Amino acid sequence: MIPELGHFALVLALVLAAVQGSIPFVGALRGDSRWMDVARPAAVGQLGAIALAFAALTHAYVVSDFTLANVVENSHSAKPMLYKVTGVWGNHEGSMLLWVLMLALCGAGVAVFGRNLPATLKARVLSVQAWIALGFLSFSLLTSNPFERVANPPLDGNDLNPLLQDPGLAFHPPLLYLGYVGFSVAFSFAVAALLEGRVDAAWARWVRPWTLAAWCSLTGGIALGSWWAYYELGWGGWWFWDPVENVSFMPWLLGTALLHSAIVVEKRDTLKAWTILLAILTFSLSLMGTFIVRSGLLTSVHAFAVDPERGSYILGLMGIATGGSLALFAWRAPVLKAGGLFAPVSREGGLLLNNLLLATATATVLIGTLYPLFLEALTGGRVSIGPPFYNYTFVPLMLPLVGAMGIGPFLAWKRADLAGVLGRLRMAALLAVVVALATWYLQNGGPVLAVLAMGFAVWLLAATLIEWAERVRLFRIPLADSWRRARGLPRSAYGMSLAHAGLAVCIIGMIGSSAWKEELVEAVQPGDSLQIAGFTLTLQDVETRPGPNYRSTTGVFEVTRDGRTLGMLEPERRYYPVAGRSTTEAAIRTNGLGDLYATINEPPEEGQDWTARIYYEPLVPWIWVGSAMMMFGGILSLADRRLRVGAPRRAARQGAQPPAAAE
Amino acid sequence: MLRRLLFILPLLIFAAAAAFFMWGLDPERDPGEIPSVLIDKPVPEFSLPPIRGSEPGESTSTGLSNADLSGEGITLVNVFASWCMPCRAEHSILTDLRREEDIRLVGINYKDEPDDALAWLDELGNPYDAIGADMEGDAGLEWGISGVPETFFVDNEGIIRYRHVGPIHETEIDDLILPILEELR
Repeated sequence: MIPELGHFALVLALVLAAVQGSIPFVGALRGDSRWMDVARPAAVGQLGAIALAFAALTHAYVVSDFTLANVVENSHSAKPMLYKVTGVWGNHEGSMLLWVLMLALCGAGVAVFGRNLPATLKARVLSVQAWIALGFLSFSLLTSNPFERVANPPLDGNDLNPLLQDPGLAFHPPLLYLGYVGFSVAFSFAVAALLEGRVDAAWARWVRPWTLAAWCSLTGGIALGSWWAYYELGWGGWWFWDPVENVSFMPWLLGTALLHSAIVVEKRDTLKAWTILLAILTFSLSLMGTFIVRSGLLTSVHAFAVDPERGSYILGLMGIATGGSLALFAWRAPVLKAGGLFAPVSREGGLLLNNLLLATATATVLIGTLYPLFLEALTGGRVSIGPPFYNYTFVPLMLPLVGAMGIGPFLAWKRADLAGVLGRLRMAALLAVVVALATWYLQNGGPVLAVLAMGFAVWLLAATLIEWAERVRLFRIPLADSWRRARGLPRSAYGMSLAHAGLAVCIIGMIGSSAWKEELVEAVQPGDSLQIAGFTLTLQDVETRPGPNYRSTTGVFEVTRDGRTLGMLEPERRYYPVAGRSTTEAAIRTNGLGDLYATINEPPEEGQDWTARIYYEPLVPWIWVGSAMMMFGGILSLADRRLRVGAPRRAARQGAQPPAAAE
Repeated sequence: MLRRLLFILPLLIFAAAAAFFMWGLDPERDPGEIPSVLIDKPVPEFSLPPIRGSEPGESTSTGLSNADLSGEGITLVNVFASWCMPCRAEHSILTDLRREEDIRLVGINYKDEPDDALAWLDELGNPYDAIGADMEGDAGLEWGISGVPETFFVDNEGIIRYRHVGPIHETEIDDLILPILEELR
């Protein structure tokens, strides 16, 4: 009964989306406010209906209702409750339901918080949002119904893929989807603006908080995903340039560009068509990600169960959404009033450079991801594109970006004095060179690219700190005055500083763990000792321990350094009898500057040696610390009263004041 | 005008990418499958002598050339060799097919020792209406085979209509082979 209610609620949501996509749209054309007002209750109702459907599916999982095909395939009565709940989105059908739930959340958010939006713009934005919802709700109902019943319910389920039975599943997909779907709002605003034929500073001010919110979620989602891969997959890597990773990274790169170009639209009333294009492409890349992950188009370690029928459906949706909006762009964008030209050395010039580099980087990743498909289509040959391609293309593109990031925040709008700025950054440059040389010396010349990148990252970190110090006039005026200034700085200024510094920290972590990682693979017996990076690991015992729905084989390592015991590392192999699969649970010990990472593997035959893999990953925790800084930087900026949703008028007045060089 | 073109560019790029995606979704797309460029093309030109054993008089009667493959009804061209184990399994199925269906069966004996091939045919029986000995594998190259056995279905006009990679299994006769033969008639 409850699953049927969920199913009906989903159908109801589809009907509401159809209403929301048509009546307000016609209302906007006719200028009829009563018709336009339909959008708000429809959007809220849609959210309610989808939330009900989602709750119904969750209920089925919690009570282990094995009359539902989806629950049978992905759950088991002995599964811990956390994974019963998170298992709802650990499969294709359920994750689509989460996708539309997030989409409805965004739609309802615009409807409720967008009180100050011009009526026609709001009606059009919500209509476009409803068209997307219509596409994905019908996709869910027609090809991936999560509420399908089974004729002869089995006594128990097939259990969830053991790799997914991890707390990471609780946060990674929801954050990632919120990011993907959050960009739909920017997309809807872009399409609505093209329909209206008008883009102005106010438009950019409404788009920015939504883009920023989506960007924060996506940052968090990607970082959590890479952390999860790092500790769960058991080979100590955190990024593999796998197609599925790339498709989440591309919207992030382009979304970052959008975030910055929207500032130019807001402050200088230019770069309009480009910003619109970015908004369309960012969401299109999110759609492409959904398409690639669910169609089996490219081979990847984390593809869903694939089905060509689903693939063609999403491709069709993508054709309508992306093709349609790009056609609209080709038709309407030339009408947009182009802003004035601007000097290359200026804040807007710097932001344009940022956009060009980020767009090129996105194109690089896109080509690397799709090249195997192109090649196969054209010549029949099959290749796989790995990290070397990205090291030679993506990384060199990032270095000038990081270099420019240090300078950008110092540049004034309209016309800036580059020599003066560089002079103020002498200390940062000096520090960068010193650190690069020190790295060079300590690592005996290390990989050149790594040493260079280290210098750039330190440059960015130092420049960001100097920028903040100059704003509060640290050490130039009494400390108490500096403190007052620091408290008076807008939150968006702190947001930018934190996010930029976060990227620097993140890059340092990436360099450390890629360039100077140490690795040891040994056959061991209890009693054996291994030495890595100054640590000694002694395998004391291998124990068998029971788990709720698995059996664990745990290696007990004692970690010592210079004779002092630091603690234990207990990597596990878990065998899940229902799914018939094993997982590796790495044991990680961190001291903030590096991780000691251990895994253990069963002997090939009884009585033979165990295989221990020990890694020392220098600086790797910095990747996630840096990511968290970026994410909180975004949230801080979002909390700035200037950007607070629902207060654009006040913000407009503030914009007239001397520009807070904050973004 | 150029500016206008610039605005259309994103759409064009997307259209091209979408075309590739569409191609990639084709359910027939199987990375393991080797497409034959010869389907719906006339048989390649080739001319092979009969298998001649080392003893005088030990020989199959005629050779095989492309001229033998048109105007003779439906012909199955089977590439086989005595050293190929799946060919041995396929032999009886081809023999039955030859007996029960109104078709011709010809063979290309691929990179084989003539004496071995003749002994093989003596042992299992010779269901072939004609056999060409392709000792150097030149004809195999012309036909673009990827391994042995392989069977090409040629219609009355000498056009290749279907290529079967690997042995024909008993289970495939009713569902796959007979419908194809029906279609060719």
